[in-house]
Amino acid sequence: MRTLRLVYFAWVRERIGKAEEEVVPPASVGTVGDLMRWLAQRGEEYAHAFENPRVIRAAVDRSHARPDATIAGAREIAFFPPMTGG
Amino acid sequence: MTTTIRLQRETFDAGAEAAAIARGRTDVGAVVAFTGICRGEEDGQPIAALTLEHYPGMAEAEIARHVAEAQRRWPLLGVTVIHRFGRIEPGDNIVLVVTASSHRQAAFAAAEFLMDYLKTRAPFWKQVESAAGTVWVAAKETDDAAAERWTKSAGREAAE
Repeated sequence: MRTLRLVYFAWVRERIGKAEEEVVPPASVGTVGDLMRWLAQRGEEYAHAFENPRVIRAAVDRSHARPDATIAGAREIAFFPPMTGG
Repeated sequence: MTTTIRLQRETFDAGAEAAAIARGRTDVGAVVAFTGICRGEEDGQPIAALTLEHYPGMAEAEIARHVAEAQRRWPLLGVTVIHRFGRIEPGDNIVLVVTASSHRQAAFAAAEFLMDYLKTRAPFWKQVESAAGTVWVAAKETDDAAAERWTKSAGREAAE
């Protein structure tokens, strides 16, 4: 089994109620989108955070990643709202 | 090219950073410095402060990727990007982009390119603090459009 480090930012972090955690998703979870769907059914706070997956952005090992991106070999996956820096 | 990327809680001196990028060299003919400043109102309502959250590690890497892309597109001699995080009050600096080149066109264009990408791709999130409480700033479609135009014009610039 592989352990993934998950990190959350802004209102995704607030809704889930934690900034980071380690999870061991089942082998059937192969992409960023799969991971979001798997997380969404882990509890009310996750369902709330991922209720509209289209507005969630992701990064795999600190690079932007689309929902169809693979998580094979990934160590750190981040979920956050669209960015508002600058 | 000299590149400086700093993420920091404390403010910066835009004038000093602009002067530093050309100090001691005679090939720089143009320096453009853009400073983003915290406004005292958001959507017509007065605000007390902004709090910027960022993704340490990825923020530096993402900015470095865009600086490298700017360097591929324009003949730059120096780039400085400073982005603050934490609580920032109206009138205080948020972000600085300084670009140096032999001629002004490259310096202007690269500074605008970097700012457009910082707005939409650098992992920072603004939260507004006001009398009504705190609320996360929603991403603006106009910012996405501003970043998108650099994608569309990539071929044209390469041909110039």
